Formats: sequence, C-alpha cells, structure tokens
Amino acid sequence: MAVTVKIPTQLRATTGGQADLSAEGSTVGEVLDAVFAEHGDLRDRITENGELRRFVNVYVGGEDIRFGEGLATAVSDGAEVTILPAVAGG
Amino acid sequence: MATEQAEQQAVEEITPQEAFTELDEGGVKLIDTREPYEYEESHIEGSELIPPGVIADRIEAAVPDKSQRIILQCRSGARSWDAAQVLAAKGYTNLANMGGGILEWEAQGLPVASDSGLTPEQRDRYSRHILLPEVGVEGQLKLLNAKVLLLGAGGLGAPTALYLAAAGIGTIGIVDDDVVDASNLQRQVIHNTSRVGTPKSSSARQTIEELNPDVEVVEYNYRLDASNILETIEDYDIIVDGADNFPTRYLLNDASVRLRKPVVSASILSFDGQISTFIPYEGPCYRCLYPTPPPPELAPSCSANGVLGAMAGQMGLLQANEVLKLVLGIGEPLVGRLLLYEALGTRFTELKVRRDPECPICGPNAPEVPESEMGKFPDYEAFCGGHVGS
Repeated sequence: MAVTVKIPTQLRATTGGQADLSAEGSTVGEVLDAVFAEHGDLRDRITENGELRRFVNVYVGGEDIRFGEGLATAVSDGAEVTILPAVAGG
Repeated sequence: MATEQAEQQAVEEITPQEAFTELDEGGVKLIDTREPYEYEESHIEGSELIPPGVIADRIEAAVPDKSQRIILQCRSGARSWDAAQVLAAKGYTNLANMGGGILEWEAQGLPVASDSGLTPEQRDRYSRHILLPEVGVEGQLKLLNAKVLLLGAGGLGAPTALYLAAAGIGTIGIVDDDVVDASNLQRQVIHNTSRVGTPKSSSARQTIEELNPDVEVVEYNYRLDASNILETIEDYDIIVDGADNFPTRYLLNDASVRLRKPVVSASILSFDGQISTFIPYEGPCYRCLYPTPPPPELAPSCSANGVLGAMAGQMGLLQANEVLKLVLGIGEPLVGRLLLYEALGTRFTELKVRRDPECPICGPNAPEVPESEMGKFPDYEAFCGGHVGS
C-alpha cells in the first residue's frame, strides 16, 4: 500500500530536500522502514533503538500515533503520514 | 389651517442652551426621538429614548400627565418636531422642540453620555469592529479591557503586537531581553532602522503608542526563568508564546497550566510554521503535544536556519487572530488542534492534539511541581541558551 510521508523542513537534508516521499507498508513502522532504506540519515534523526524519539510526533490521517498503536498503527492506501518534530523558532 | 396653527403654537422651539438650563432646573421630561443605535452612541443624560415609530403608542405610558413639560429632541430637530406634533394632537400642552438636535447640543459643547462606554474617537477608530455583529460595542469593550502578554517581540511577537494594538487590546505586556538588530528587520516589523540597538520591548512600545494611544504597554526587559515567570504572567488573561527557545516554552507551559492561563503558541522555521492554542484542563498542554524537547543539536533555530519574513508574519497574525477570538468568545479556537503551515506550497494541515493521560503537568496523575522545578527536565542544562524572541 502506497502512502505519502511528509517530511518537515528541518529534516529534509536527510531526504535530499524532498518534502513528500512515497513509500509502501501496512503499518507506520513498515512505512518508515521503507523510507529509512532509502534515507538512512532520517532513521538516526527520528528514532533511537528502533523507537521514535520522544520529541518527534508522527501522525496518520491527522492523528498522533502515540495515542494509537504507535509504530504498529495501520495505514491505509493513500494515507498521509506526517513526521513532526517540535520547533521553537520565534 | 386653523388647526395647524394651534398645533404649532402648542410646541415651543427652544435652543440647546435653553434646554440645558431647563433640565438643570428640573421638573422637565426630555424625550429623545431617535433610533436605539443612535442613542447608544451618545445621548443627553436623563433623556428617555422613544423612537418616532412607536411614540404615539408609548407616550401615554411614559408621560401620563398631559400638562407635564416635555422637551423633545432628535439628531437635528426634524424628527422631534414631527413627534411634538403627534404629542400635541394627543393633548399634551407643554411641549418644546430642541432646535438643531443633539448635533447642535454637542456643537455648543454641552455634555453627552454614552451607553457604549466608548469615546467618540474610539467609536470612530474601532468602527469596523463595531460593525461586525460578533464584535459590536460590547466586544470592543472586551478587547479594551483585555490584558495580553507577548513572549518575545521577534518574528512572531512583532506582527502579533501590531495587530493586537491596532485592535485595541487595552494592555499589552512584552517580555524580551534582547535589543533590535539589523538582521531582525527583515521580519520584525514593529521595529525600525533607527532603533537598532534599542531594547526590543521599548522599541515595540514606541511603535504601539504611535499606533494606538488606547493601549497601555508594559515592558519586561528580562529573561523569563522559574523565579519570575509566575509573577510576570499572573495578571494577564492570555499569553502569546513566540519564544525562540525550548526552555522558555516548557517553562511557560508549566507556569500557565498552574495559573490556568490560555496560551496561544506558535513556532516558525524556514518556510514552515505551527500554531495551537492551549487552554489548561480544557484541552491539551504543550507537554501533551511534545512530551520532551529535542536535544540542542537537533533543535534548529531561525538564526542558524533562516526564516521567510512574510511566513513569520502570517503565523504571528494567526496568533493575533486566536487572541481576538478568545477575548471576544467567538469562533473556534485551535484547542486540541495543531495547524501546520507550509509557505512554499501554501498549504495548511490540521493535526489532532489530545490530552495525554501521562502528561506530567496537566495529566490526572501529575505530581505537584515545586516552583523551582518548573520547566525543567532531567537534562535541562543541555539546552540552555537562546533569547526570548530573538
């Protein structure tokens, strides 16, 4: 199942500047693994020991996966996965 | 013909000054024959409003004694003259029409009252707010009585402050310990070239005072920390977070949850912005959204990464918009919602933010946090540095 992964500005250096990536997978974890296979640096930026870092939120269809099944949260075909780190700029 | 003459004789034409003298002496009933919206704007103290369309029906209840001295008055004297004829026909015998109406009364410098609580200058200045049924005079008074604290007079705080000041927010506090730098001027529109080197809080104050004398500006030219945050925010109704560093954001969150102050929080970087409104215990708090800050090496700042000036302005104005809605009690604030804005694609994305049952600050099992511990994390020292709003 193909989903769109949205990469925020401050992480785009790890994706060659790409803002939207297309990836396959039936859970958030699978989708991210597919993305990491292409963009290894992103893995280091947002995960630690296979878990999402606490300051990075991931949303599927506008819902934070922390309040769902975490990385096991299911994604449907055409879903939008948003990666969102906290930003403090003012 | 004879009847008309009799009617006209029954109505005496008097000047505003004569009316003023009679009213001062007492025993006179003054009736204002305009419409309610006119009366609300300004009227003569002690007058009773009876619009022309209903005066024939209401006069006998308002003035049962037909020999009572009645002065009638409208805007220019025409509608009240007609009303006087109606009263004369009903048998009222002691009638006077105030020539020139309230326009002439005001032109003579005689005193007027206003139900609105707004001065004539304010009615003019805020007329485009007052014309909105959702705002009106009542809403404008709420804005004038509101106290809003801005954390930072920087990329976000500068545009927010300008629009809140223009809107007539009565008290605007500005916390910023930085001075204006030439590199700020690309987006921090409340400052200007001649004020480079001036403290941002006083530069912002100068601009606001020139824009709107109704606004009282309170400067806090210091850095927020656990020892001063509670006393800094306690007198304000709403806090606007435009801080440029994580320690201040978490500190503000912890203090605002304790004092139950709503926070309109935004952040900006490069071409992207985020905004949400945190109302303690009604919706999530900042820690529900972001349980921990990123480590410093992964916490980019505008100074290192750049930021598109107009995007900062857009996010600041979304904050101002949230503040106005909260003060007025209208619309739907961004409670439980995080709005992302991507300026390059001109795209908005809305994400849900839930209250975290595990939240260490607003969760049901949140421990009592001593003041000295507010805003802290085990690795707090790791991310100090950065100035509010710079």
